[in-house]
Amino acid sequence: MSNFKRADGRAADELRPVTMKVGVLKKADGSAMVSLGDTVAVAAVYGPRELYPKHLQNNERAILQCNYTMAPFSTKERVRPGPSRRSVEISKVTREALEPALFLEEFPRSTIDVYVVILQANAGTRTAGINAASLALADAGIPMRGLVTAIAAGKIEDTYVLDLTGDEEEITACDLPIAYIPREKKFTLIQMDGDIPPEDVKNIIKLAVKGCETLHEHQRKALLGKWSKEGS
Amino acid sequence: MGILKKERDFVLPGDKIVESLDYLPGKNCFRDGNSIYSKRVGLVSFKGRVIEVIPLTGMYIPEPGDMIIGEIKDVQFSGWAVDINSPYQAFLPLSGVREFIDPAKMDLSKVYGIGELIYAKVTSVGPSKGVNLSMRDPSARKFKNGRIIKITPVKVPRVIGKKGSMINLIKERTACRIYVGQNGVIWLQGENEPLAAKAIKMIEEMSHIEGLTNYIENLLKNEGKIKGQVMK
Repeated sequence: MSNFKRADGRAADELRPVTMKVGVLKKADGSAMVSLGDTVAVAAVYGPRELYPKHLQNNERAILQCNYTMAPFSTKERVRPGPSRRSVEISKVTREALEPALFLEEFPRSTIDVYVVILQANAGTRTAGINAASLALADAGIPMRGLVTAIAAGKIEDTYVLDLTGDEEEITACDLPIAYIPREKKFTLIQMDGDIPPEDVKNIIKLAVKGCETLHEHQRKALLGKWSKEGS
Repeated sequence: MGILKKERDFVLPGDKIVESLDYLPGKNCFRDGNSIYSKRVGLVSFKGRVIEVIPLTGMYIPEPGDMIIGEIKDVQFSGWAVDINSPYQAFLPLSGVREFIDPAKMDLSKVYGIGELIYAKVTSVGPSKGVNLSMRDPSARKFKNGRIIKITPVKVPRVIGKKGSMINLIKERTACRIYVGQNGVIWLQGENEPLAAKAIKMIEEMSHIEGLTNYIENLLKNEGKIKGQVMK
């Protein structure tokens, strides 16, 4: 643990440089851009708006539709546009990570559409996407129980590391992304690939929660930034 | 403990406003345990023991009593479908029209045709947001000529000003007839339409500036003069 060094010189529990911006797209009802190191995600929110086809409408609540896409140029190898097994899965977990934070029952029969596009990918795209989507939802004025933050953590050799890069992802014992609502202290997403003992999982989650709390501060600053420019 | 935010403080979704059972959550707030939290990005407002958040962003959600500007989208057997710039389409029933109409003998599109604009009152909003309109209000009317501009619905109170001070100023200086719908749709008619539209757009953009009324007054004075000279 003592002489552990990461390739980019970060401490084990340090995030990559974070930038967050709210209101980057003019046409969308809400939008945000989040970048963690080389990973860049843009999210746009439309709605609440009328939902078609009508049979999807729910008379009690709005439905949330999420769409995660990687731009063809986001990685070294071209990403084939259109839905893939991976993007369908990530769209689903993004939706499930955001849904518990929203008061969907306030907008019966309508839909809230969230589009996440990854412009540049270097691991941690789903978590960056969730962070951006949560900001965009707040920007769109959708009632929320709290902001959602997400980050991945893992274990390399004997050290728990936060916010893995692409290179680190290849050597880590496990990659464990979480989404977390800091106000409620509740998890809305926990995924894991890799094989590690249960104590390690606990410790990794603890580390990720710490990362989420830091990210939450960044999110607050980003939202304040948009409206302090505009004032009160 | 106690009251954590002051009147007009900026809050984000999930921000704690008070920690006390003496207060009640009003619009855009919710209670969780002992505390009241904000649901949206906005400004805190204390109304006696009720806490509200005035949103800074978001869609128009109809409420009974609102005066709105809508566009006729469809003529049906017993009324009209009206687009009210909201996630929900509204319905203007035959009973909501001043004159007596027998749908068997008369063509409803002669009364209000598709594409026509009306200034109407929201009479009821159902549990699943079925919106009903009425023209049985002294100020309700159909618009001919003129132009429509749209602004963010949350900025409507700023355009109207305290007791209508802002809108009256624009009406006076531009000699335009102006109707402002609660749904963010504004109808203008008069020689100086472009100037009035410009002033309203400016209010929307700079709604946070103090002494906005003076600023707009100057704008109207200067631009009005230039226009007068050109016309001579």
